[in-house]
Parts: sequence; structure tokens; C-alpha cells
Amino acid sequence: MDWGFILERSFSAMIGPEVVVYALAAVGLNVHFGYTGLMNFGQVGFMAAGAYGVGVSVFWLGWNFWVGIVFAFVYAGVLALLLGLPTLRLRADYLSLVTIAASETIRLLARSRVMQPITGGVEGVNQFAGPFYDLSPFELGKFYSFGPFKYLGRDVWVLLVGWTLLIMITLMVRQVMRSPWGRTLRAIREDEDAARALGKNVYFYKMQSLMFGGMIGAVAGVLQVIQKSSVQADTFNPVITFTIWTILIIGGPGRVWSPIVGASIYWTLIVFVENTLRQLPPGLRATLEDSIQLSDFNIAMLRFILVGGGLLLLARFRPQGIFGSREEMALDRR
Amino acid sequence: MPTNSRWARAIATIGLAVGLGVTAGSGQAQAQVSDDLGVIGTLQYTDATGTKVFVAGVELSIADVGGATSDKDGFFRISVPVPGEYSITLNTATLPVGVTLKDPERANLVALVSENADQRVIFPLITADSVVSVSESNFSVRRISQLTLEGLKLGLYLAMAAIGLSLIFGTTGLVNFAHAELITWGTLMAYFFNIYGLVGTFGFFSVLPPPFGGGVNFIVATLLATIMGGVLGFVLNRVIFRPARASGVSLLAQMVMTIGLSILLRYLFVYFFGSRYRVYNEYASQRANEFLGIELTSRDAAAMVVSVIILIAVGIGLNLTRTGRAMRAVSDNRDLAESSGINVERVISQVWIFGGALAALSGTFFGFDTVKWDIGARILLLVFAAVTLGGLGTSFGALVGALIVGVAINWSTLVIDTELKNMTALIVLILALLLRPQGILGKKQRIG
Amino acid sequence: MTVADQPILTAYGVVKTFGGLRAVDVDKLEIQRNKITALIGPNGAGKTTFFNLLTGFDQVDSGEITFDGAVITGTAPHRLAAKGMVRTFQLTKALAKLSTIENMKLGALDQRGEKFWAALFPSSWTKQEQAIEARADAILQRFNLTGMRDEYAGTMSGGQRKLLEMARALMTDPRLVMLDEPMAGVNPALAQSLLELIKLLPGEGRTVIFVEHNMDVVQEIADWVIVMAEGRIIAQGTPTEVKSNKTVIDAYLGAHHGEDLSQVDLA
Ligand SMILES: Nc1ncnc2c1ncn2[C@@H]1O[C@H](COP(=O)(O)OP(=O)(O)O)[C@@H](O)[C@H]1O
Ligand SMILES: [Mg+2]
Repeated sequence: MDWGFILERSFSAMIGPEVVVYALAAVGLNVHFGYTGLMNFGQVGFMAAGAYGVGVSVFWLGWNFWVGIVFAFVYAGVLALLLGLPTLRLRADYLSLVTIAASETIRLLARSRVMQPITGGVEGVNQFAGPFYDLSPFELGKFYSFGPFKYLGRDVWVLLVGWTLLIMITLMVRQVMRSPWGRTLRAIREDEDAARALGKNVYFYKMQSLMFGGMIGAVAGVLQVIQKSSVQADTFNPVITFTIWTILIIGGPGRVWSPIVGASIYWTLIVFVENTLRQLPPGLRATLEDSIQLSDFNIAMLRFILVGGGLLLLARFRPQGIFGSREEMALDRR
Repeated sequence: MPTNSRWARAIATIGLAVGLGVTAGSGQAQAQVSDDLGVIGTLQYTDATGTKVFVAGVELSIADVGGATSDKDGFFRISVPVPGEYSITLNTATLPVGVTLKDPERANLVALVSENADQRVIFPLITADSVVSVSESNFSVRRISQLTLEGLKLGLYLAMAAIGLSLIFGTTGLVNFAHAELITWGTLMAYFFNIYGLVGTFGFFSVLPPPFGGGVNFIVATLLATIMGGVLGFVLNRVIFRPARASGVSLLAQMVMTIGLSILLRYLFVYFFGSRYRVYNEYASQRANEFLGIELTSRDAAAMVVSVIILIAVGIGLNLTRTGRAMRAVSDNRDLAESSGINVERVISQVWIFGGALAALSGTFFGFDTVKWDIGARILLLVFAAVTLGGLGTSFGALVGALIVGVAINWSTLVIDTELKNMTALIVLILALLLRPQGILGKKQRIG
Repeated sequence: MTVADQPILTAYGVVKTFGGLRAVDVDKLEIQRNKITALIGPNGAGKTTFFNLLTGFDQVDSGEITFDGAVITGTAPHRLAAKGMVRTFQLTKALAKLSTIENMKLGALDQRGEKFWAALFPSSWTKQEQAIEARADAILQRFNLTGMRDEYAGTMSGGQRKLLEMARALMTDPRLVMLDEPMAGVNPALAQSLLELIKLLPGEGRTVIFVEHNMDVVQEIADWVIVMAEGRIIAQGTPTEVKSNKTVIDAYLGAHHGEDLSQVDLA
């Protein structure tokens, strides 16, 4: 077993592009669920909105790349508005149904033959992120090492921009959540009728929250497609949303840094487990394949088993996150 | 009471052991059939009379990987070694005379094979004489009747799945996302019993004569799968949700738990069952009977009749039996039911068993065409649409909602692409919430 | 008739049904300004439902409600709060994961920092926030909650939560305060201080309506008592009048008939 390789991979995963993308999406979800209590089960839909917003406008409509990015945010904002209008007056569990339904609608539509001329159907869209990489000060195809971390030049550039965005957005969220605006959101999370009785237009605040968090989700989507240089409908499936939930709950909903902490823990763990299993000594590996069917395919599936099991256990035993205090948990069980 | 609960635990343990054993063991039996990935498709066109014609003998290939020839059902599959993008080419020279690609430019498609499923590609074909007046054939009485029938069929199956979801919501307030996996569980159980028999799945038992070693008759398999559905429902409640309720986990946290559970189960299924599509031993492809121009296979007809009988029985059971009335009482007003001496936890347990069994039964029917590891997840939103439309928590509402959703989905193909028909359900769901948040038959919640 | 004599709140012909049940059926209700009015009635009489209708949390089937001379039927709760009508809930709604002082500050109306864009620029709202905080601290002092100032509200005792909810309601500087069972589940000592606090409100130019079922309490602080049963107002008058009203006793005391009313918990 090549422990050097496994550790290199795991370290690189700790702050890698996936962490940035998922942390950004989780920051958005944190605004929704962690601060406002909105059960958004369609965060991946906002990522898709961002991704297609830029992919389609640049690749098919021939827009300027940067205009495309702005369009992606606006598009996600409008989507949030349209989703919120009918549903934000409803009960929490209804919102969850509608958001998951909406995100699936987006995926089905994007992959459909009808939309193929625009979205590229199942094959999606690619080669549109050129202008982004043109600005890279790093050689795209060269490997760069920093201590235990090692990435391709193009990823270093993505990481530099991604982390800057992530930190800036996180600080912005921290700022607004400390303001009276954020206080109102948290009040709505605790009890929206109480907030209403105190003169707060709950519907309006929820809408702002949905749009704000949705647009942050779009940033994640944009970054993801830039990093992958392609947009494909099926990468935006509900399991991604649930992974984001897992990440948020690992870090603890309603805490400013939890998305970053959660995403980092999650990806390090997944990459470590997968690479370790792939690198098992052949004899052991063969035994495991025979006894518990540990094929390459199934190693890839383990990730989802971990997500599912993790979400189940976290929601049951540590809904306040792995660093949250027992006291907070007690407060949850009024 | 203590004896009672010891029994309960014992049954739960056995149920889980049998369940997992079956899955694990059978996976072993599958080990030879390598879990490879592939690009699949069905070549077909619609002739002038509106009948589907499958095209055999067409060659398709992926450079450096391999090729295939379509079989008599127009089906082809080319295995690929790893997930990724593949360019697949249809050899137009091998198409029958008169049949051409709808878009001659697209004899070459790119298929993105992901980690967990075969990727389907579609080469739309036409014949010179298939250019009939589309609008006429679209809106013919025959077509509409056919679609309505398909819709009712889907609606009936959905209803069976939906009632459990609705009852669980009614009695516990929980929106159970893992209901999808109860459906899949039914499909997979029916498949295993059907192919491997009662104990044949435990490897070394497979030498025993049927029904122990080999597969059992599909009808028996269905029955067994339904029972296993009840067992799984019982176990999930007993091991996961009852303790969660007891320690005061909030409903929203429980809902997140069901999502975790859903993904956990779904990927355990794919882990042990594999991502390939399979079919039951019997009834997989049947020739349809025609009646007044409406086609229905006898298998579907039988399944529909069974569904109707079961749904009627459920309706009667909920209204006339003690257990059923207790379920309704708990759904109506839990506190009142509790104070009038009903053992609420017991009722909830029964609801899980009953809901799990119904979901599994619907799963066996949904699996007629293909048995897939995520069959339930694919239709979960339809079930939710049905339940929400009818009003969360009312079982009769679930039935009405399911029929509406089933028919609406099929009718929608009159005007939109078939591929998008499930979207209709999602739109119905959103509209339903918009116009009548409490559902057609539901009632409003209280404030203050 | 001067403004001061006009009722602050009226309800005419207000009906609300749930399925077949007529939960509220009130022909006429008029609440006098700067007085304390008690709304009593047995459990299920429709008091909470009536409160919900008056405060916009639920919609009437028919009827008209006015506040300060303006028709408010169908107006959203948050607008009513902005107009000076605030309510508390029977099941206390302390915002558990906000600190006590945050709970209080939330109550202030027209906060600049409650706008999203302003939230990004604290300089635009910190001054106002300080003023709000000072006001909140003063009220906390009055309610004897200063000790809990920076604790999560979720850690408070049930009685303290009731106090907090009322204190928070006062942060909106209301003209009409509607309290749904403010004393329920509060220990006697705390209940007494709550009473004292309520008694102060009319002097500050606030009208109070509160739901209660303990006759003693009503006796002590209410200027006017309205009795509801089965959705209707069956009697009203001064506490003394109502206490001796035969209809009231007959209508909902049932089994307790003949006992000293002050000993009976009408819940
Ligand atoms: N949302 C609702 N749906 C159905 N019935 C309700 C609802 N809200 C209240 N009720 C019924 O209306 C009646 C009045 O209830 P409520 O106003 O809570 O009484 P009170 O506050 O006087 O105890 C009760 O019979 C109650 O069951
Ligand atoms: Mg009440």
C-alpha cells in the first residue's frame, strides 16, 4: 500500500476544489436552513441554475463569459423568487417537497430532448470557461506543490479564486447574520408566528433568505462547472443536495464556519476511505471482493452509503453538528 | 407487555437478518455476472398505423471498446470498462430499407456513462411512410383511452405506495422520504424470491429443489415480498423511528433522518444488487391483448384488479376493523386517541407494517418492466405529488391524488414529450400546494 | 364623543367555523381604551380562535373588525403589529436559540438594520441599535429579567418565558396588548409580579385584553370581564357583576355548580 499517495490525495482533498464548491453550496443552505429554518431540499437546483446560467449563455448564446456569470446569479435569484412565491407561506415540510420537486424538474428539463438545443441535453455543454483560465497566473497543465498539497496549475487558479470567494461570502454572511436582519431570520427559524406577532413580514424575509442562499448556491454551481469545464444535467441530482445537508450538519447548522469545516471533513474522509480501499494489498482486496463484494464500482458507492448513514446518525444524535454543545441540542427539543 | 416487546424485538432481528441475508447472498450469486457498465438503447419507429416496430440487426459500435447488433426487440447493449464519455456510432448501412435516422446528422451520439447505471442513448428512427398526420393520431379517442388506462394503472400502483406514506404522516407527522426504498425493497424481494427461491439465495442451499433452491412462482414471490415489506416497515420503526420519537427528536430532524435512511438503503441496494437492470423470471415481456383498440397485457390487467381489490379492502379495513379505526383515530387527533385508551405506539407500529407491505406490493408491480435498484426513488416524487394532492394524512385522499397524478402524467404526453411526463406530476404538486395547501381532502392546521 | 371614548377595538358579527363547529360567533364586541379587559370562558370556548381572528392570524368567515376606527378584517398580523396591536400566545413562544436581549431587541419596530442591504453596513444602524438596546435593558429591568440578559431564552423557566414574551411585546410600543393566558403555568410569586406589571400598562396609554380563567386574577385587575362559551359572548360586565351572574355559572360551571367561584379553576 502506498501510504504516501493516499495521504497526498487526502491532504489535497482537504482544501481541494470539491471542498470549495460544496462549502459554498452549504453556505447557501446554511442561510436557508441554519439561520432561517427553511427546509430547502433542492439546493442542487440553484447550483444547476448557476451552472446552466453561465454555460448556456456563454456557449450557446455567445455572450461574454463575465456577463454570463452575472446572468447566472440573476437567473438563480429569479428561480428562488418563483419557487418562493407559492411555497413560503406553507408549512416547512411542504417547502421541502416543492424544492426537491423543483430541482428535479430543472434536471429533467435540462437533460430532455426538447431542451437539447439549449442545454445540450444529456451531453451538456462544455468549453466555455476559457476566459477564466486565460487570466490564470499559473501554468494550467503543470503540477504545483505546497507542503502536503499538490494540484494542477488550473486547479490552483480555481482554488485561489474559489477560496477568496468562499471566505468573502462567508464573512458577508457573518456580517448580515449579526445584524438585525439576521436576528429576524433566526427569530423566524425559532418561531415564525412569534416574529409575525412582533411586526415582521415573515414571508418577505423568507423570500430574501431563499434568494440570498440560492444565489450563493449558484456561485457554487458556477465554480463547479468552471472547474469541470462542462455542465451535465445528471450531475445535479438530489443526492448532491443531501450531501450538502450532511456537510452542513457535520459542521453544525447556524454556525458561520460550519460549511467549510463540514465540507473539508467530508471530502477528506471520503477521499481517504476510497483511496485506502483501492490501495489494499491484492490478497486482502480479493478476499473482500469475494466476501463483501468490494469491487471498484462498490467502493465508489460506499461514499453514498456513508452520506446516508452519516446523515441518519447525525440528524438523530447530533443535529447541532459534531462540535455543537449538548446545551444547544437541549434547546432544540423544546 | 414485556413478553410482547421481547417478541417484537426477536421478530425484528430475524426480519432484518433474513432481509439482509437475502440481499447479501444473492449478490454473491450475481458475482459471475460482472457489474459492468454499458451503453444501451432500443431501436424502434412508429409505422403509419401508429404501431411500434422494433428494428433488429442494426450494427452499433464504440471505437476501441466494442460493438453490438440490435436484437429482435430492437435492444442493444455495449459494455464499457469505466465511467466516462463514449462516442457511439450507428451503422446506417445496416438499417432496413426505408428506415432512416430522423436526423441524418446524428448517426453518432456521445453517451456519458456515469458510475451507477447503464446509459441509454436514443437514435430516433423514421420510415418514409410514418409521416402520418400527427395531430390526428395524437388526439384520437383510441389514444386517449389508452393513455387513460395507462394512467389508471399507474395511479393504482401509486395509490398503494401512497397510502402507507399518508398513514405514517397522519399518525406521526413524519414525511418519510425512505418510503421510496420500501417500494424498491418490494421489487428486489420479489425478484430474489422469483429467481432464487426461498433459501436458494443463501448460496449453498441453491442445490435444493424448488421452491427452496430455485425460484418460486412470481405470485408466491409477490406475496413473500409483501410480507418482507411489512417486516422492513416494522424494523425501521422499531429500530430507528420509535427510539427517535421516544427521545424527543423533532419532526424536522426525523425528516432529515428519513433522507439519510433513504440514501443509505438505496446505495446498499446498489451495492449488493448492482446497477444493472434485470427482469423477473416470468411476465417480463408479454404480448398485449387488444380490446376495442386498447391494449393491455394480461399481467397488467391482473395487477390492476389485484390493486383495486386491495385498495377496496384497505378502505373497508380502515373504516370497519378495530385496528383500522384506531389508525384513523390516531391520524385525526393523536392526543384524543391516546386519552381514549388507544395504544398509540402500537398503532404507529401497525401503520409502518401495513404501509411497508403495501409499498412493497406496489414495488413488485412497478418492477414488471425492469427491476432496478432505484426504482422507488424514481417514482417517489410522484407518490409525494399524489399524497400532497389528496391532502397529507388522509388515505382516501392519497387514492384520489394518485389516480389524478397517474392520469395527468399520461395525458400530458398528448402535448409534451414522453420523456418529460414525470415533470407533469411535479407541476401538479406545485399547483396543488399553491391552490389548496391542505390538499383536496385534507384539513387546515391550527395556530396559537 | 371624543376619540378617547371610542372603543379601540370592535368586532361585529364575527363568525369562524371549523368543519361543522362554530368556534367563534360574536355579534358585538367593543373594547374600551386604556382599560384592562378580561376574556374568560372554559377550555374550547373559542377564546384563542377569537384572538387569532382579531390579530389577523386567522381569517373570519364573515364579520368586521376595526382597530382604532379603521377596518382591519383580513389584515396581516405583521401590519397590525406595526399599527400598534401586539399579542402573546397561549403556548409561550420564547425564541429558544436567541439570547434574552436578542429576543427583546427583535420586538422593536422600524429597525433600519432589518433591511438586507443596510445589514451589510453597520454604520447605518448601530446608533439605532444602541437606543433599542437601552430601551430593552430598561424593560428587562422592570420585568426583573436582567439576570438572564445574555442567556439563551430556551434556558428560562416557564414563568420567565411568559414574562419575556410580554416584555418583548412591549418593545413594539403597542397601544393594544393582547395576552393569551399570560398567567397559565406561572408560579404564584411570579404571577403576582406579572399582575403588577399588567396593571401599570393602562397608565402608559396601553389597552390590555387578556385571556384568563382564574376568577381571582380577573377580580383583582380587570376593569371589564367578557365571558365566552361555545363561541359566543354570553355575558359581560364588571368583575363583581359577572361573578354573580347566573347565566355564567350555569353555562359552564356544570359539575361545580354551587361552589364558590373563586375556588374553581375554570379551565
Ligand atoms: N384549526 C382548527 N381546526 C379545527 N378545530 C379547531 C381549530 N382551532 C380551534 N378549533 C376548535 O375550536 C374550538 C375553540 O378552540 P380554542 O379557540 O382553542 O378555545 P379556547 O382558547 O377558548 O380554549 C375548540 O373546540 C377547538 O377544538
Ligand atoms: Mg386557548
